[in-house]
Amino acid sequence: MQYVWDFRPVWLNFGVLLEGLVNTLKLSGFSIGLGLVIGLVLAMGRLAPTRFLSIPATAIIEFYRNTPPLVHFFWYFYGLPILTGISLTPFAAAAAALSVQSGAFFAEVFRGGIVSVERGQWEAGRAIGMGHAQLMRRVILPQAFRRMIPPLMERSFELVKTTSLAATLTYGELVYKAMVLATQTYRPMEIYSTVAVMFFTVLFLASLGMRAVEHRLARRAAR
Amino acid sequence: MANVLPADVLPADATPVLAVEGLRKSFGTNEVLKGIDLKVGAGERIAILGSSGSGKSTFLRCINFMETPSAGRIALDGTPIGTEGRNGALTAKSGELRRLRTRVGMIFQQFNLFPHMSVLENVMEGPVTVKGLPKAEARAKAQDYLKRVGLAEKADQYPQRLSGGQQQRVAIARALAMEPEILLFDEPTSSLDPELVGEVLDVILGLSREGRTMLLVTHELGFAYHFATRVLFLHEGRIHEQGTPDEVLKNPREERTQAFLHRFSAFHF
Repeated sequence: MQYVWDFRPVWLNFGVLLEGLVNTLKLSGFSIGLGLVIGLVLAMGRLAPTRFLSIPATAIIEFYRNTPPLVHFFWYFYGLPILTGISLTPFAAAAAALSVQSGAFFAEVFRGGIVSVERGQWEAGRAIGMGHAQLMRRVILPQAFRRMIPPLMERSFELVKTTSLAATLTYGELVYKAMVLATQTYRPMEIYSTVAVMFFTVLFLASLGMRAVEHRLARRAAR
Repeated sequence: MANVLPADVLPADATPVLAVEGLRKSFGTNEVLKGIDLKVGAGERIAILGSSGSGKSTFLRCINFMETPSAGRIALDGTPIGTEGRNGALTAKSGELRRLRTRVGMIFQQFNLFPHMSVLENVMEGPVTVKGLPKAEARAKAQDYLKRVGLAEKADQYPQRLSGGQQQRVAIARALAMEPEILLFDEPTSSLDPELVGEVLDVILGLSREGRTMLLVTHELGFAYHFATRVLFLHEGRIHEQGTPDEVLKNPREERTQAFLHRFSAFHF
């Protein structure tokens, strides 16, 4: 069997795909930003000296890490209106699901970075009278941050790809636009391949940029 | 030398700067400190000796609550630190810990300077963050203390550019900047190359001339002799012998102390 590739429908509708890409990036950017905040809060909670904070934070982290993201999307979009009467737009539901879920993963990255700071640093901070919060802010987090960058990038790329699940909530991101185009043009092979190339281009360029940043940080650290 | 005040010679009416009573510390089922009593008068310099595992570092770390005592009492200027919990262990609230640690400074074997801060920032950090001193004032003070340890010209360097001896001197300046009443040195020269030990010991001797109250855990017997007003020999979590440097280091009464000192001087020639 000989398949004849025809990319004309893709070029004719490229604007639609670009619009989808922009929406994907919007959802990603928003969710990464909010996810980092949630992650930091969860990590601080998990590492807090009191159980009142560490147990709930640990529970949230483990729950979200060990359940499929598609289910979270459905909860926020379909479940929330049923249970509370609050209905979210597809964007809001997707952003909520993504940020909390990636927040749980980010929290583990933060925690890993924090506990990797040598014991002597914690002791030196305590020995001059620092409290837990001061110690975190002034001594631990600035050192942990550099070590967290590579795994945070990894998680963020993962999140960008997971935004495609928002298609199931009819949010007009790249994969949703592609689904619509595929049914209109009967050219799913060409359209989805183009989508893959678009994702690849964006994420690959981003990773090159990040590598440059890491390189500069490493040079600065070696000063 | 001034202020030679072994425990039983301390004037009866003088409140000791530091009083330790029945101090015990266990890690799990392993009891490292088995009841330590010690009264330290103002200006006393105490060298703590003992083989590894004798509990000397743990004892020092209990004084500023880097380790929480499992039992006993610790008092600064007559004021007890922490409250006794149900299991007898001492607990201290964060505010109390902060006050304690601004009064009792500590110098570590591994220096533990903050690598993301310059030398000057390391010394300023405590006064600014913990004591709330204005930055300009803290900077001036930090520069003074760096001058005291002979490192004024390194103020803008980062710690990793400094030799071990220089790092330890910065760590001493960092502790001094908090203007503590008592300084604790936990094997301050044990991780230094032999040729760098001298510069750190010189700084510590300089401090002893200022009449500071200091407790020092060390393996440098010769230094302990010149530094201390009193020498403690710890063995299996108890003070096995104590007295003036001459008494403990030159004429030890106890067999264990003799054996310890003998081992350390085995290679002298």
